[in-house]
Amino acid sequence: MRISFWGLLVIAFGFSWSITAFEHNPRTERISGSAGDVLEDDPVGKLKVYVYELPSKYNKKILQKDPRCLSHMFAAEIYMHRFLLSSPVRTLNPQEADWFYTPIYATCDLTPTGLPLPFKSPRMLRSAIQLISSSWPYWNRTEGADHFFVVPHDFGACFHYQEEKAIERGILPLLRRATLVQTFGQQNHVCLKEGSITIPPYAPPQKIQARHIPPETPRSIFVYFRGLFYDVNNDPEGGYYARGARAAVWENFKNNPLFDISTDHPTTYYEDMQRAIFCLCPLGWAPWSPRLVEAVVFGCIPVIIADDIVLPFADAIPWEEIGVFVAEEDVPKLDTILTSIPPEVILRKQRLLANPYMKRAMLFPQPALPGDAFHQILNGLARKLPHSKNVYLKPGEKILNWTAGPVGDLKPW
Amino acid sequence: MKLSALHQSYLSRRSNSFRSSGPLDSASDAGYKSSAAVFWLILHGLCCLISLVLGFRFSRLVFFLLFSTSSSNLYTPPLRSAAELAKTLDVHSVQSTNPVANTLQLPLPNKTATNSRVIVGRHGIRIRPWPHPDPVEVMKAHQILERVQKEQRLQFGVKDPRTVIAVTPTYVRTFQALHLTGVMHSLMVVPYDLIWIVMEAGGVSQETASLIAKSGLKTIHVGFNQRMPNSWDERHRLESKMRLHALRIVREKKLDGIVMFADDSNMHSLELFDEIQNVKWFGAVSVGILTTSTNSAESLDRKEDEENPRMPIQGPACNASNMLAGWHTFNILPFAGKHAVNIDDRLTVLPRKLEWSGFVLNSRLLWKGGEDKPEWIKDIDMLDGDVESPLGLVTDPSVVEPLGSCGRQVLLWWLRVEARTDSKFPPRWVIDPPLDITIPSKRTPWPDAPPELPAKEKPEMGIQDPIVKHATKTRTSRSKHRSKRKHETRTDTQASTRHAEQN
Repeated sequence: MRISFWGLLVIAFGFSWSITAFEHNPRTERISGSAGDVLEDDPVGKLKVYVYELPSKYNKKILQKDPRCLSHMFAAEIYMHRFLLSSPVRTLNPQEADWFYTPIYATCDLTPTGLPLPFKSPRMLRSAIQLISSSWPYWNRTEGADHFFVVPHDFGACFHYQEEKAIERGILPLLRRATLVQTFGQQNHVCLKEGSITIPPYAPPQKIQARHIPPETPRSIFVYFRGLFYDVNNDPEGGYYARGARAAVWENFKNNPLFDISTDHPTTYYEDMQRAIFCLCPLGWAPWSPRLVEAVVFGCIPVIIADDIVLPFADAIPWEEIGVFVAEEDVPKLDTILTSIPPEVILRKQRLLANPYMKRAMLFPQPALPGDAFHQILNGLARKLPHSKNVYLKPGEKILNWTAGPVGDLKPW
Repeated sequence: MKLSALHQSYLSRRSNSFRSSGPLDSASDAGYKSSAAVFWLILHGLCCLISLVLGFRFSRLVFFLLFSTSSSNLYTPPLRSAAELAKTLDVHSVQSTNPVANTLQLPLPNKTATNSRVIVGRHGIRIRPWPHPDPVEVMKAHQILERVQKEQRLQFGVKDPRTVIAVTPTYVRTFQALHLTGVMHSLMVVPYDLIWIVMEAGGVSQETASLIAKSGLKTIHVGFNQRMPNSWDERHRLESKMRLHALRIVREKKLDGIVMFADDSNMHSLELFDEIQNVKWFGAVSVGILTTSTNSAESLDRKEDEENPRMPIQGPACNASNMLAGWHTFNILPFAGKHAVNIDDRLTVLPRKLEWSGFVLNSRLLWKGGEDKPEWIKDIDMLDGDVESPLGLVTDPSVVEPLGSCGRQVLLWWLRVEARTDSKFPPRWVIDPPLDITIPSKRTPWPDAPPELPAKEKPEMGIQDPIVKHATKTRTSRSKHRSKRKHETRTDTQASTRHAEQN
């Protein structure tokens, strides 16, 4: 009797102790997505990646020609290459590799203003694939099904910045079986293949870390947005750019003092985001934008206005619990939607955003840190293992059509 | 169509001019041709007007309707005021006038239409009928903002915030409402508990009490039975006495918190209140001094080639290891002989060497017989003389803690501005309730004012004369009262009659 009494006391004490341990850090909350609690997984040991040795005309020489490629939002392809070269998942023995990586910087042909031109990229990729299929046997044995490519351009491997032309082209025929790591993601879209890995666009981590303000600065802006509403150069009448959603935001809320929206380019852009509760992330010409990365890093709840968008690392990060999704047709009711969110939900979202792994998963820091975007990509690749049996082709079987696609793509590069 | 109309009109114009050179040609032909030209011109003008009304070029619409063979989705024009959307086909592909290309485009819209709900192309811009903020929603948004900021304070702000005890010496005068309201609004927004001790020279008055009551704060309104003197030196001295009296009240009531001196014409930033929570016993912050330069005309041409004169700052000075090394005080030398002596002089008002408002202290320092009171604090009851600055309260000035990143942040600003003889009341200033006794003044200081002043105006301002003031010191200070009460009218009639005699 006495022993059971003391035992009960010990159990009660232990229970209360564990409860207090749980509330040890009320500022952040654990993140677990549809694939489970995978944000902090370590990919080392789960997969092996072989990096092809391509001649420098595919990577180093392109970068030398234009070093701006290192800081624009498509720089993920360059940094992924550098990360893989020195990562423990890299193997020098292709026989034991699970995945094969082709280091080609296809998005580095920039105009004088800094926008990448995708016109030569299909030819470049085709030439690279021809090279690897003739120099190594690994492409031909699976026709690229265990190869992955980083294609961070506007519409991924469709290689065009205009959506109709991109849809028209479709994904490059030679990449039909490969895994694509891209920033573009929209459900039921031609340019998003089944099994692709969506990644965030590149945002320079040093610039972001340098602009933090003290966390006790009160958040006094309700909704914040800086950017274009009408693209007068390419779409003067409106209605085409952003499917009319950005213009609708402007027309409905330009008089609303709760919405701090304008087309300015303030120098305090990052600091202002840290003083806002909601940051709008509407689509532009393409549904993705670096605003999502900036909002997550600065703790501002992203309001995503892009129908059917697929957000980065969607299986590892539960975006519905972190951000607010607003359909494009509900934009006129945006203020009603945002003010009717209960404060507890808002506080929970801010706690999820405050999780340091969440912020790290959106960035590409150099040198790489555990849990950053590089590791999330490797985790995604690891989750696709082991390869199914139909990946390996039977001898003599050919699936890819090497002459498909527009005639201009067949010219050698 | 527009192109062809233009082309036609151009040709017809050319042919017309050609024809006019040869009037021998058949006039009927000319008439027929010109009517065709006129018809095209009119049609062109009509199309322009329609485009203007609709807001877009509807030629594309006509092209589409005329030349497309089959259309799965009809195109309805996106009106800016429409609340409904019309999903459209790929209009750009229809732009090409080649009908063969159109048939090629047909499978494309079908592909997007079946695969995705989201269609590429021109969409309408949805605007709701009343795109203005709804007040209920604005209130909800502010509640959300408050809740988020409260959470931020809980997580990152000061742990266990202490009560702020603000000490304000004041007296009834023209600009009292202006200054006191400013301080009051700052104190109302402070997120911590607050006790406001208002010391009033000349006794407790109704004006001050009604002003303070609007704040909703916990106030202690105490009257000091001396009248506020007319020269700045004496005013500063009286204010120091009033502040000491307030500290005695803190000691009597055993108020617990942080004592700060909020003079009624100072300007405080809210970071000040966050920063003073860090004080342990006795702290000092940097005060920016805003001296009103009334001789701005001379100073302008002198300082044109110099850089902007920097704002003088009073406060703690630190050495490289962030320890208190000395004090920045106010340099009186540039103003020697040119500063204001009396309250309504038109010259610069100077602060003391170290202003009271730059210091904060833990109220436990003032308690009698405190347990762990440091030994460098002097007992207030023992102090009977004048204390120029709070440093007179401590025996060893080096124990003062510098706040605000060691004095580098200016957290409040000192200013002394009072109404002068040439001050004009702002338009629509109402004296409420109206004055009981008013007399017209014989000399008005405003050359543009009408000679007959209406009964509601304050005539006493015109009576202020330096000579007169010197003799009737107390009377002019009373004349600065804006609203009179019944019990004061008798003494005022005496004052005004005496003035009338002298004038």
